[in-house]
Amino acid sequence: MRNLWIFISKYNAVILFIIFFLISFGLLISNNSYQRASTWNSSNEWIGKQYQKINNVKDYLRLRDINDSLAAENMRLRNLIPQTDTLKTTITKVTDTLGRKQYSYITAKVINNSIRQKNNYITINRGYKDGIRKGMGVIDPNGVVGIVLNVSPTFATIQSLLHSDTRISATLSKTNAFGSLVWGNGNFDAKYAILQDVPNHIKVKKSEQVITSGYSLFPAGIPIGKVVETGLKGGDSFLNIKVELATNFAALSYVYVVNNNTEAEQRKLESSNKTE
Amino acid sequence: MERIPIHLLRFILLAFVQIFLLKNMGYYNLATPFLYVLFILVLPFKTPNWLVYLAAFCMGLTIDAFYDTLGLHALACTVMAWARIIFISLTVSTEDRETEPEPGMSEMGFRWFLIYSFTLIFVHHLALFLFEIFRLSGFGEALLSTLLSTIFTLFLVVLSQFIFYRKKSR
Repeated sequence: MRNLWIFISKYNAVILFIIFFLISFGLLISNNSYQRASTWNSSNEWIGKQYQKINNVKDYLRLRDINDSLAAENMRLRNLIPQTDTLKTTITKVTDTLGRKQYSYITAKVINNSIRQKNNYITINRGYKDGIRKGMGVIDPNGVVGIVLNVSPTFATIQSLLHSDTRISATLSKTNAFGSLVWGNGNFDAKYAILQDVPNHIKVKKSEQVITSGYSLFPAGIPIGKVVETGLKGGDSFLNIKVELATNFAALSYVYVVNNNTEAEQRKLESSNKTE
Repeated sequence: MERIPIHLLRFILLAFVQIFLLKNMGYYNLATPFLYVLFILVLPFKTPNWLVYLAAFCMGLTIDAFYDTLGLHALACTVMAWARIIFISLTVSTEDRETEPEPGMSEMGFRWFLIYSFTLIFVHHLALFLFEIFRLSGFGEALLSTLLSTIFTLFLVVLSQFIFYRKKSR
């Protein structure tokens, strides 16, 4: 007991330091959300990775079930097709001018695709005969693909998002700040694009969703990707945000061409502003 | 012991200056002055270790309450108090500790005080910025802020010592 007392009094500076350090560190961790979050994250990152690895194996083992369910869904959808055909002949057509759908979609299969060029183009197996017109937007189940560039009777070429001239009006899902999404200018990775012209004062969080704004050919709210890096050096009062694209351009198979039914009307109205 | 009211007054005055004046100062968030550490710098030599820690901790906690960073300044002050105890035990002889009341510039001389305050302020700011950024990848950023802020704080500390400079009475 006496030795313990001597030990404590000899090293009182260190012992007291440890005590006060632990108290203040405890306060820091428990009362400040940033420090708490990063402490928990760094300790859980490894565990998360292990879970992901196990999940990958599980997914592989479940492939059979997934295939079965997909086959079942295919069968169900195929069964619907003849019914709609017969229905179409019996129902009389009603033209509803009031509640017209603004957007309709045309499915198309990608027959030619490139991602490694500086300016990439995609060719689809639908053309003028199928109602595809120059300047229509093209999307994928995952996100935005590009804009129709040229149309022949049975084919159409798409100016891919991976093209240095493509600019798409995009917004950040949380703050609703909008900018334009570009690709190229030194960034030739098919996985990423840059969101420009977002004002400096907007607080952008990582992994925030980037969606279409509705000011362009695309319907509002189509996913484009998510933020991976904020505040790249660029203009003076604007952020340059690196966006990981939601669309996997390397594995495009089926795409939807967006037909904006009210576009002609909108154009006409807007052009009348200019003539005055 | 008889100078406790003076130290309490200094505590309140420095905390006041820090919270209401220096909190609004800074150079692009890179250099921020933390003059309140002067309180810990000039605690008397005879202060027992536990009281140095307690005083530093209370000072940090007071600043934290106004900066909304509970624990951060308290932690930096604790680290600084440790550095103070080690630095004084290494550089000041036992006799000096008996005769001189406190480690001010008028008592210990300009050179000693400059090295002493630079070391302690650097340690304090390093701990502060490291735990504020809280990740190793931000080390360079923290180091830059630490260096610039140390210069800023040191300037203010030395300035305040010159203002209250007293010739040795004996």
